[in-house]
Amino acid sequence: MQFRSQAVAKPYFIAALALFTGQILFGLIMGLQYVVGDFLFPLIPFNVARMVHTNLLIVWLLFGFMGASYYLVPEEAETELWSPKLAIVTFWVFLAAGALTVLGYLLVPYAALAKLTGNDLLNTMGREFLEQPLPTKVGIVIVALAFLFNIGMTLLKGRKTAISLVLVLGLLGLAVLFLFSFYNPANVVKDKFYWWWVVHLWVEGVWELILGAILAFVLIKVTGVDREVIEKWLYVIITLTLITGILGTGHHYYWIGTPEYWLWIGSVFSALEPIPFFAMTVFAFNMVNRRRREHPNKAATLWALGTGVLSFLGAGLWGFMHTLSPVNYYTHGTQITAAHGHLSFYGAYVAVVLTMISYAMPVMRGRQANSNTAQVVEIWSFWLMSVSMFLMVLFLTGAGILQVWLQRVSETPLSFMGVQDQISLFYWMREGAGLVFLVGLIAYLSSFFIKGETRAA
Amino acid sequence: MSTSFTASMARNIFYGGSVFCVLLFLALTFDTTRTLPGRDNSANLTPAVVRGKHLWEVNNCIGCHTLLGEGAYFAPELGNVYLRRGPEFIKIWMKAQPTGSPGRRQMPQFNLSDDELNDMVEFFKYVSEIDTNNWPPNIEG
Ligand code: HEM
Ligand code: HEM
Ligand SMILES: [Fe+2]
Repeated sequence: MQFRSQAVAKPYFIAALALFTGQILFGLIMGLQYVVGDFLFPLIPFNVARMVHTNLLIVWLLFGFMGASYYLVPEEAETELWSPKLAIVTFWVFLAAGALTVLGYLLVPYAALAKLTGNDLLNTMGREFLEQPLPTKVGIVIVALAFLFNIGMTLLKGRKTAISLVLVLGLLGLAVLFLFSFYNPANVVKDKFYWWWVVHLWVEGVWELILGAILAFVLIKVTGVDREVIEKWLYVIITLTLITGILGTGHHYYWIGTPEYWLWIGSVFSALEPIPFFAMTVFAFNMVNRRRREHPNKAATLWALGTGVLSFLGAGLWGFMHTLSPVNYYTHGTQITAAHGHLSFYGAYVAVVLTMISYAMPVMRGRQANSNTAQVVEIWSFWLMSVSMFLMVLFLTGAGILQVWLQRVSETPLSFMGVQDQISLFYWMREGAGLVFLVGLIAYLSSFFIKGETRAA
Repeated sequence: MSTSFTASMARNIFYGGSVFCVLLFLALTFDTTRTLPGRDNSANLTPAVVRGKHLWEVNNCIGCHTLLGEGAYFAPELGNVYLRRGPEFIKIWMKAQPTGSPGRRQMPQFNLSDDELNDMVEFFKYVSEIDTNNWPPNIEG
């Protein structure tokens, strides 16, 4: 590690992995509720498990992004972090806010939680992914501000590289767009319209800048390829991202009451959104092929390549599959959507955070790379998680195709619940794949505890 | 990539292209806002509908159901439930939950008053009258 203050990233990564584990456990609960409908009812109704699952996902990815930034920015700026103390304080604030929110979901009926936390002052709750009570949302904003301030001050006093500028631009966009979560008009069409400014413009906009910057950083480290080359790629990728992704928001404006021209704008621009993901894959392989050194951390290199391939599959291919409006007319809000949501989040954002952790954790623990045995276990866990996730997504895609056919295309459409009974076999297989994912996750976590011979960093 | 194409050229294209797309998106947002009243049924946005939307939110209905195709995929689409089932069925249904039938997906009891049930139904009626470009494909949602 080049700067002592980079070590504040460590608690962020540890918290991220703990919450990731919680996320998966609640995923498995829901997966079972899909086929054994009364499992854990009324103790944990499905909607509660779902909030916990998706909110833990978002929060742990944010922990991952923050940890990655605290590690990356000092090294790029060639200076110590402006205030490691502030970084530790915001860590505890964010963790406490996250834990209290999840406990609130689990222990208090949602309507009572809304009343208790001042939702009547400003209605913001009860919308997908934005279920957090008002104090939590305000807490997220405060933590984000303190974080951005800390990172910004570090950048100001040090070297300003393209990688850290792109990263900060992405983080700034993340924080600014989150402010739309406070806007909840009574008009449900407008509510939905601006809801996507958080959700879509995050994952298909500013988060891709963060993704690109982290990936570029790790690739420079493990391949030793010239910075100039890598930064050029980075700019090309994020240009493609924003040119396609901003107007691509239109693929959510087909059926919610917005004007018809979005059918065209959304289809055309979002159909181009796979291009930046494809470029990311080519980028990762190209850089690794042109490497100028053999970095001993093979696992981190694998995760970096995996991010390229899996994000292209999940976001690019599975996104393209249902993004043209004539197709989306039939697939909108089905298991096809769930399949895409899983592979894209895993392939892009889970994978990139794990790439960074894989590269940075060994360094923070005083070695260039983990021992051979530890790396073998980590590589196994990469394959277990990635293959089981891919299978989960194939099963959900199968379920989705049948759902569309039986419920929406057929001359004699079945009811929603009737269809769900017909396709339960696919849900059982999804749960099986989910269990393998859990095994992979356990293998991943255990790789941190495996000792063996290592070289000092 | 060739060496005559430098990182700083790439950066300028990035800023120019992004700002252009943001402006275009804002212009379209402006136009959408202007034309929405003809499609979004806002003429019928009564206080009962507003209360109904609030109930929809504070009970986290979106955690199991979709509304105009957005939400969770565990339980039926409700954007057109008013047309599929009608007002009386919806109220009786809400009061009868959970069914408790073994192995079946369960919906919680939200203990809504009669007034609140009426507001809920008004909200569903309102949503069912939004111009959605003919989505969903059929009444099953
Ligand atoms: C890493 C990037 C991406 C992530 C994390 C992501 C994630 C998601 C998620 C979670 C949803 C469901 C939202 C909801 O609950 O309503 C969704 C919907 C959707 N995504 Fe993506 N996505 C990504 C990229 C893309 C791309 C590149 C495309 C197009 C090529 C795309 C096309 C769509 C479409 C059309 C929907 C709407 C599905 C529906 O109508 O039900 N996504 N995405
Ligand atoms: C054991 C593994 C997992 C299982 C069994 C599982 C199961 C589920 C289930 C049942 C849902 C709700 C679908 C519905 O609304 O009806 C869901 C939603 C979701 N899960 Fe998972 N999950 C797992 C792992 C993951 C992972 C690793 C990620 C992130 C990469 C993830 C991200 C999401 C997202 C983004 C949604 C919302 C999807 C949408 O709105 O379209 N899940 N999950
Ligand atoms: Fe999108």
